[in-house]
This record gives sequence, structure tokens and C-alpha cells, in this order.
Amino acid sequence: MRALCMLLLWPLLLAAQTPAPRSGLEFASADVRALQADDFANPGMLWVARGEKLWNTPAGRSATSCAGCHREAPVSMKGVAARYPRFDREAGAVLNLEARIKRCRESRQQAEALPHESEDLLALTAYVAHQSRGQSLVPAKDVASVAARERGREQYFRRQGQMNLACMHCHDRLAGRKLLSDTISEGHGNGYPAYRLEWQALGSLQRRLRACFTGVRAEAPAFGAPELIELELYLVQRAGPLRVETPAVRR
Amino acid sequence: MQAVAAEPAFPPLAAFRIDGDAIHAPLAAIAADVQRGRDIVASRDGNCLLCHAIPETGARFMGDIALPLSGVGARLSAAQLRLRVVDQARLNPDTVMPSYYKVDGLHRVAPAFRGRPILSAAQIEDVVAFLQTLK
Ligand code: HEC
Ligand code: HEC
Ligand code: HEC
Repeated sequence: MRALCMLLLWPLLLAAQTPAPRSGLEFASADVRALQADDFANPGMLWVARGEKLWNTPAGRSATSCAGCHREAPVSMKGVAARYPRFDREAGAVLNLEARIKRCRESRQQAEALPHESEDLLALTAYVAHQSRGQSLVPAKDVASVAARERGREQYFRRQGQMNLACMHCHDRLAGRKLLSDTISEGHGNGYPAYRLEWQALGSLQRRLRACFTGVRAEAPAFGAPELIELELYLVQRAGPLRVETPAVRR
Repeated sequence: MQAVAAEPAFPPLAAFRIDGDAIHAPLAAIAADVQRGRDIVASRDGNCLLCHAIPETGARFMGDIALPLSGVGARLSAAQLRLRVVDQARLNPDTVMPSYYKVDGLHRVAPAFRGRPILSAAQIEDVVAFLQTLK
């Protein structure tokens, strides 16, 4: 009887023991936290401002701006970034926010494609994501995303690269410890695109993830590759109720 | 079709024998060099400082993922140190310490490192010589 009780209670006990996820912000030094807290000092806000300008600029053969269809971003884009990646019926694929914006740019505006990590794509993504700042991430529930997220979870726990380490080893086990001079965080993506002092620039979550592949001497997937989208999906789920911080500042 | 010059292949790994928790025979017949070992440990070749503090290297930044290696030369013999650098996973399958002399059973290794161990047999011997001085 005791054993049965324990068995039934086990999931509850586990849930009670799992500590709440902590944003990378909590692992950052005081000066980095101060930069993020002040919109006038946060260098990432330069990209947000640039994104706002692009939002209102007509482009492509449609000669329409984003605003031409979506009107006021603070209204139409509020909470949108928190729901990505998710399945897009028209694309027939799971898209992250960058890919969703690229589609509108190419098929609705009929403008030339914005390459991954281009200043304009980062700016638009930062501007759209910024409209969700303070909102909790929402894991996608559609069938395609759930299946892709499971592949992302498997990747997260698989050792890889010449150093033979999984994401889990650093971000679940060693959070708070120093890897050379870097404090390892729990590896959440809620602040991206983020301004990294190391980059002296704003960069996407995929850029950061590729650096983690390279760091263990694993072959990094190309920008936009399914492996990275799958990881992004899993990261949203494990980030639980963390809130969007875009544009975050990180070391 | 034009032949593409392949990366020079890494020579096959030297055979070694594990006895208990040690590898007694050196992996390479070289005059191991403590100074070279110190350089490997502190450079990107060995990258030991990512995880271990080794104050004896005089480095400014050192990780705290694993225990500091000061005194390790007094705790462990050369043969024990050799196995730990070659393949710590033999002692602890769950370890985060990379196996420095291993090319099999790895997943998605970047092309530049494929088929190569992190350190060569000669480098392992230099590192073991340096670790022995940490007393
Ligand atoms: C010609 C009209 C049009 C233009 C111009 C346009 N979009 Fe869209 N956009 C849409 C429509 C329609 C949808 C929703 C239907 C769909 O999935 O395609 C959408 C969806 C989106 C979404 C996803 C919203 C959600 O709730 O998931 C984002 C983000 C977005 N657009 C951003 C942009 C950005 C940024 C630009 C400018 C670069 C832009 N759009 C330009 C019509 C447009
Ligand atoms: C060898 C340790 C290591 C491994 C393995 C590793 N990372 Fe990282 N990761 C880092 C370090 C160091 C940073 C920079 C400091 C920080 O923010 O944690 C980082 C940063 C991140 C960040 C950004 C966090 C933030 O708040 O800015 C994410 C997300 C992330 N990693 C995800 C992953 C994923 C997914 C994997 C597996 C594909 C992975 N990492 C593998 C060490 C690692
Ligand atoms: C990614 C982190 C990491 C790196 C890089 C690393 N180690 Fe380790 N090392 C560990 C951990 C963790 C242990 C503890 C034992 C275990 O996990 O099984 C350890 C244990 C050891 C031990 C055994 C110490 C004892 O007292 O038992 C030696 C010796 C050692 N490491 C040497 C090295 C050398 C030399 C290098 C560089 C060539 C290196 N390590 C690189 C993480 C690392």
C-alpha cells in the first residue's frame, strides 16, 4: 500500500522538485544585466528601431509595407513571437519567426529574399519579437511541431562532436559553473535575437546554437536547417513559463 | 572529373592495453617534454582549462567544471594519468571529460576533426609528463 502510494505520488514529487527555469539573464554579470534593463543603453534597441523603420517601408513588387497589411505592430504582433516555432499551413512546414517573416517578405511583399543573419532580417525579427517582451513562451501544440520537438529533445540529449558532449551536459548539469571564463546558463532562447558583447552585434538564436555545435567540434547545421528548428521547439518547451526578453544582452 | 585533394589522413591510433585503471606502456616512443605538455594543456589543443583549474600554468582564466588538477601527480601514477587523458569514459561512462585519444563511436564530428583524436599519441605523453609534475 505504501509502495503504491509512492508510485502514484512520484510524478507529483518530481514536479515539485524540478526547479523553475532560470533565464540566461540571471547568470549574467551585473553590468550586462544593467545594459539589458535600460532601453537607452541596450545596443539591441538599435536593431529594434531599424526594424520599426523597415516595418513601415514599402518594398518589393507589391510596394506594400509590413504595416500595409499588419497595421500597428504593437497590436498585431503582440504575443506572436512567443508562439514560434509552429506549423505553418501555407508553407506546409514548421517555421521559426525568421522563416515566417522571410515568407511574408518574399511571397506577400514580393521583395528579394533577406538572407539569414542579414541586418534587415535581424532587425525585423527583433522588432516583431520585441512586441512580445514580457509574454510567456507558448509551446506549439500542432501535430507536426510535437513530432519535430521530440526529435529536438533527442538531439538535446545526444552526445556529439569530437568533445562528445550533449546540450544536456552543459545546460542541465553544469549551469552556473564556469567553462573557462564563461558562466554556463540553462541555455534558454527567450532573449533572441540578442545582442552579444562577444559578437558586438545582434544575432539570432540559431547563430548561438551553431556556436554551441562548433564549441564541441560538431558539424553545425546550416541556418534554417530542420535540426535547428527542432532544437528551437524543444527549447521553448523546456523554458517553461520564461518570458520573452528580446532584445536581451548577453556576454 | 577532377580529383579533390583529401585531408591528409590521420595515422591509425596506436594500440594500447588497459590494466585496471591504468595504461602502463607509453603510447609513443618519444622523449616526453614537460614544457610542451604545459603548453598543450593551456592551449586550444588540450583545452584542459575549459574545465580544470591548473594554477601552475599561470593562466588567467580557468574553468571550475571539474576539480583543480593541482596535486594530481601525487595522487595518480603516470599510468593512471595516461588512461584518464586517453579515455576517462572507461572509468566513468557518464563523464563530461572528453576522451582525448579516441575516434570511434562519436556522432556528427565536424569535418576538420573527423577521424582524428583530440591529441596525438606524442601529445598525450607530453601531457602525462606535465601532469606528473603537479605534486
Ligand atoms: C500583403 C500583405 C502582407 C504583407 C505586406 C506582410 N504580411 Fe505578414 N502576413 C500576412 C498574412 C495574410 C499573414 C497570415 C496568413 C499566413 O499565414 O500567411 C501574415 C502572417 C505574418 C506573421 C505571423 C503572424 C502569426 O500570428 O503567426 C508574421 C510574424 C508576419 N506576417 C510578419 C510580417 C512582416 C515582418 C512583414 C514585412 C516584412 C509582413 N508580414 C508583410 C500578410 C502580409
Ligand atoms: C560545452 C558546453 C556546452 C554545450 C555542450 C552546449 N552549450 Fe549552449 N552554451 C554554452 C555556453 C558557454 C554558452 C554561453 C553562456 C550561456 O549563455 O550559457 C551557451 C549558450 C547557449 C544558449 C544561449 C543562452 C542565453 O541566455 O543567451 C542557448 C540557447 C544554448 N547554449 C543552447 C544549447 C544547445 C541547444 C546545445 C546542444 C546543441 C548546447 N547549447 C550545447 C555551452 C554549451
Ligand atoms: C569538458 C570538461 C573537461 C575537460 C575539457 C577536461 N576534463 Fe579532466 N575531468 C573532467 C571531469 C568532470 C573530471 C572528474 C572525473 C569524471 O567526471 O569522471 C575530470 C577528471 C580528470 C582527471 C582525474 C583527476 C583525479 O584526481 O581523479 C585528470 C587527470 C584529468 N581530468 C585531466 C585532464 C586533462 C589533462 C585535460 C586536458 C587534456 C582535461 N582533463 C580536460 C572534465 C574535463
